[in-house]
Amino acid sequence: MGALENIIIIAYLALVGYLGFVGYKQTKNTEDYLIAGRDTHPFIMALSYGATFISTAAIVGFGGVAAWLGNSLLWLTFFNIFIGIFVAFVFLGNPTRKMGYRLNAHTFPEFLGKRYDSKFIQIFGAIIILLFMPLYSTAVLIGGTHFIALYFNTDYHMSLLVFSIIITAYVIAGGLKGVMLTDALQGSVMFIAMIILLFITFSELGGVDNAYISLNNSWQNTVENLQDISLQSLTVGSGDYMMKLSTIWGFKGWTQMPEFLSQGWLFIITTITFGVGIGVLAQPQLVVRFMTVSSKRELNRAVLIGGVFILVTMGVIYIVGALTNAWYYEFNEGKNALQSAGSIGKVIPHFINTAMPKWFSFIFLFALISAAMSTLSSQFHTMGTAVGRDLIEQISKKSMDSMLVTRIGIVIMIILSVSMAYMFDKQPAIIARSTAIFFALCASIFLPSFIGGLFWKRVTRIGAISSMLTGFIVSSFWLLFVHFKEAKALGICKALFGTNSLIGGKIAFVDALVISLPLSSIVLVLISMSSKPMCKNYLDKCFKN
Amino acid sequence: MPKGKFMESFDIGVSLAFWLTIVSAFLCVYYGVVNWNKGVEKKVSKNTEIWAKEEDKIDEDL
Repeated sequence: MGALENIIIIAYLALVGYLGFVGYKQTKNTEDYLIAGRDTHPFIMALSYGATFISTAAIVGFGGVAAWLGNSLLWLTFFNIFIGIFVAFVFLGNPTRKMGYRLNAHTFPEFLGKRYDSKFIQIFGAIIILLFMPLYSTAVLIGGTHFIALYFNTDYHMSLLVFSIIITAYVIAGGLKGVMLTDALQGSVMFIAMIILLFITFSELGGVDNAYISLNNSWQNTVENLQDISLQSLTVGSGDYMMKLSTIWGFKGWTQMPEFLSQGWLFIITTITFGVGIGVLAQPQLVVRFMTVSSKRELNRAVLIGGVFILVTMGVIYIVGALTNAWYYEFNEGKNALQSAGSIGKVIPHFINTAMPKWFSFIFLFALISAAMSTLSSQFHTMGTAVGRDLIEQISKKSMDSMLVTRIGIVIMIILSVSMAYMFDKQPAIIARSTAIFFALCASIFLPSFIGGLFWKRVTRIGAISSMLTGFIVSSFWLLFVHFKEAKALGICKALFGTNSLIGGKIAFVDALVISLPLSSIVLVLISMSSKPMCKNYLDKCFKN
Repeated sequence: MPKGKFMESFDIGVSLAFWLTIVSAFLCVYYGVVNWNKGVEKKVSKNTEIWAKEEDKIDEDL
């Protein structure tokens, strides 16, 4: 490693440390520590929202999936921008901010608990976060650590220790202010890296049109020739196996949608597009960001910044992910991306190391570390508030110092996540699928009660509780016993019934959210309509300025 | 026109996703620009709010 690289690493860490320190200096009370004092700048809020949402897994994982399944993933980019930014900020952001202020809510479970005047909802929300978010954070931690260990050629466990100490320091000291300031820096690094990545990729492929000519040639010459080969004759998990599988699932090319209602279509639309695209609306670590700004003006400004940020980051990785096939076809003996890199998860790192100049590999490493750090710091903060504010403070009869209890909660959750990452450096299946599991659960459990609570006074406490429990039970059943990826990865269905999916067939490709979200929404409406409305005075407190 | 030309290589489903992505990004930019200075609220601190409520109550009692 050269002197310049060392200087850049030190400067980056110094900047992260400085921003954590600024967060610490600006944190005077619980409101500052938990929701950044409700006066965050729109630029910081938007970048923090985007950077928290996009983890290393999103860049490397989804980039690899784009190399496998192609540009049909652009549906997710559309949902990320339209649902995840426009709908979220324009329609949900301001009502959340105002109601959160009126109810003096500092966390997402507290927001729901206070909206429905229910301690149970707050504690249940915290338990869901504490049961499932550690798996998600462990997955991000393992992913980020692997890149550090690989690039710097250091031991995995040592890298994990250093990486987690840095994040711990600024999350504990700076609270949400520190988290959001560092997120903004990390989001900026990701934004710049993605723009450079797009330009270099098109430049190497001789321009946009030539790139797509190569992409189509690559499909014709590396995938279509698998037509007469049976799947069983290929090595399980090999590049050819995965590509053959994609054609069986209905994929027809990297620039084409899979056949309507085929397994591939159901996977792209329900699991990837709906699962992640809609699931984002009920992510506790993201919803809380709406409560960090002082007025609707900040949210209006954040719409612009967030929309451009997601277009550049997610849009570029899906476009480039698919185009890696064109690059390998042109420059690696006519092979496609999976044939060259070996597996989905290796495509982006392999492409960066072989196709990009050395200086860019270094920048991209920063982008990946930034993506991991920004997601992790927010997860640690959210889990810490769930332990401290939503669980310990609610269960304890005594009045407590929220900031201290939250700090203790953060330490506990970091130790838990780091211990899991320490034990499982080779991700077990449950951790590899944890992002999808967390998104499906959050949407099914929280989304109807969250949106209903914002816009419909008739929703009752029992309606909200019934909806949340329905979402939890149905999505858990679907994840454990039906969905082709999660049910297989978790292995409980196989252990109990000797099969990977109880239903099987095409329906096993439908995401849990598509089944459980409508059911939990129907339950919310039916139970609310058949139960006694909430007290008018309490509703006035929630809704009136 | 060679089959691989950009955009022409996309089928209708991917083209739709591509253009919806671009349009929604423009929508975010347009919305942000048009509403850049709208929605500002006078900041009232929690303490001021509590104080105002107490004053109202005293007025009522009097």
